[in-house]
Amino acid sequence: MKPIRALVCAVLMAPGLATAARSEILIGSVLSTTGPASFLGEPEKQTLEVYAKRINDAGGVNGEKIRLIIYDDGSDASNSRTFATRLVEQDQVVAVVGGTGTGNSLAMIPVFEEAGIPFVSLSGGVDIIDPVRKWVFKPPHTDRMACAKIFTDLKQRGLTNAAFIAGQGGYAKSMVTQCRSVAGQYGIKILAEESYGPRDSDMTAQLTRIKALPGLKAVINADIGQGPAIVTRNAAQINLGMPLYQSHGAATQGYLELAGPAAEGVRLPGPSLLVAEQLPDSDPQKKVLLDYTAVIEKATGKPVGTFGGYAHDGLLLLVDAMKRAGSADPAKVRDQLEKTKGYVATVGIITMSPTDHLGIDLSAFRMLEVKRGKWAVVD
Amino acid sequence: MRRILANPYAPAFALAVVVVMVPLLVPSPFYLRLATLVFINALVVVGLNLLMGYAGQISLGHAAFFAMGAYASAIGPAHLGLPTLASMLAGIVLTGVVAYGVGKPILRFKGYHLAVATLGLGVIVSIVITNEIAWTGGPDGMQVARLWIGSWRVSGVANWYWVAGITLIVAMLGAANLLSSPTGRALRAIHDSEVAAGVLGIDVARYKLLVFVISAIYAATAGAFLALFDGHVTPVTGGILRSIEFVAMAVLGGLGSILGSVLGAAVLVVLPQALTSFHEFEHAILGAILMVLMIALRRGVIPSLQSWLLRGAA
Repeated sequence: MKPIRALVCAVLMAPGLATAARSEILIGSVLSTTGPASFLGEPEKQTLEVYAKRINDAGGVNGEKIRLIIYDDGSDASNSRTFATRLVEQDQVVAVVGGTGTGNSLAMIPVFEEAGIPFVSLSGGVDIIDPVRKWVFKPPHTDRMACAKIFTDLKQRGLTNAAFIAGQGGYAKSMVTQCRSVAGQYGIKILAEESYGPRDSDMTAQLTRIKALPGLKAVINADIGQGPAIVTRNAAQINLGMPLYQSHGAATQGYLELAGPAAEGVRLPGPSLLVAEQLPDSDPQKKVLLDYTAVIEKATGKPVGTFGGYAHDGLLLLVDAMKRAGSADPAKVRDQLEKTKGYVATVGIITMSPTDHLGIDLSAFRMLEVKRGKWAVVD
Repeated sequence: MRRILANPYAPAFALAVVVVMVPLLVPSPFYLRLATLVFINALVVVGLNLLMGYAGQISLGHAAFFAMGAYASAIGPAHLGLPTLASMLAGIVLTGVVAYGVGKPILRFKGYHLAVATLGLGVIVSIVITNEIAWTGGPDGMQVARLWIGSWRVSGVANWYWVAGITLIVAMLGAANLLSSPTGRALRAIHDSEVAAGVLGIDVARYKLLVFVISAIYAATAGAFLALFDGHVTPVTGGILRSIEFVAMAVLGGLGSILGSVLGAAVLVVLPQALTSFHEFEHAILGAILMVLMIALRRGVIPSLQSWLLRGAA
């Protein structure tokens, strides 16, 4: 064991020594850039890196450069916790932005709470900020808000009997659970819940079963990846005959391409990021959204997505709080984060308070409808 | 030298020295967390190594046992109102029973049927954990209540370091004891030749089953420790990749070597942390290091070094 111990110490001391010289602000991040959640973690990482460089090129924060320390947890929450400990104990970061999956964020929270380090989470789950935790904030929309947006629209259209068809991944599971918990408040009855596997290529059977339900007015599909596109095509094939709703997980260019003409008339709650160009010039978010789109498309050559937008908001919220605090002291930054008021981000306009660490309301989502292969704003 | 290397209890004593020394040497609690993770993983691998190195059977589902221990400790207090300690112990016993049920019919066959059966078990456990949201919290996982032993609240790395370290030492002593008992001799006979062992009157299936159940219990204990240590558990804990990682740790350290199990766990827990500065190339470098080790030290690190040292001393 001895040589191993020596090796352990020698190798692990190296990064420790490197951080000794510090006239910079260290911001930590743990993201799932490999593993099943990598399609979320990768754009988050790219966004953080691009924006950290931009901030530094523009003179940094309070005259100091920021330096990001990004670790990949391989989508494993236990790894997230290990890296969270490393960021706090070893790298001695002043703040953390990250946590791709809800489970990853939840596993890390106790570490930051105990150390007193502000943590801006990038995951969707409502459990992260409900109940409110002193050091934890998050910009992303929650599943519950997506449900509320869909249900509000259903109610307005008088379609109060709905059925779910959902995938089996974490996103879909969480969404359905949250939707069930708030359905009553909007007077929506959920008549059935069908599910399909992650590699299923045909959901006609489930849709046919749903279609036969008496009194059903609308179908909601909760999933990310290719599932929503397949459901949309199948629904068109069997002539579903009632409105189909997707979740914000389908709010991607990929969905439009895969689903093709079958997507006509499909509605979903989407972030403003997708329809930035269609917004009126008076919309306060328009400039931020167009800027972000331009920066990321230039740097990566890929279209922007909601999840990269979360990383943008998380980092800039922190930087904004640091500027207002006039220092990078964790406690002062936390206090300023909580005082964030009217901050224009990609997810919406954020106003935090001691009882609300999410800071956005339903207006952050827009009800979108697919018209001629493009997103159109309904509301 | 030869006598020290040949003493079956030597690895446990060597580890005891390390366990006492590490807290004095490391600069921050982060290293204690890493050491604790090494101990927890090593606990699984010591058990798995008994099965692979002595009973000659491969399990590709040890993460399932690991997860059963972990989720039992989480579900008991959250849904059944049981004390954490009681649900942890119940989970460990239950895992032993499941292993018995799976192993009993399978281990009567020769060959690698156990590998396939445990692979299936791993998939089933993984699906159940992911889908039974009401019980397990689904893919986002669930919080785990703190462990109380009497009035001692076992939490934080400083406590878990000692709990995991001492448990590992006890587990290694147990394994060494088992191996130097008549059971251990029977196991070695089975490993060399099942036919010959059977002719000598050894109940091959019974001994294999015994080792399989013991290794499952080790895994469940380790899983419970990880869940209680992290305070949060997700389905990744019981994923197929985790099972393969355990097998890799056992093979890397050396089949049939208890100390090798600890070393294998240490390498695969610490190396990814040490390689983070290589960013994108991290996984490629990790893979290359493992390949080189396995090519250069074919029987695993510890057995190869041991025979080299013994040759040098002779």
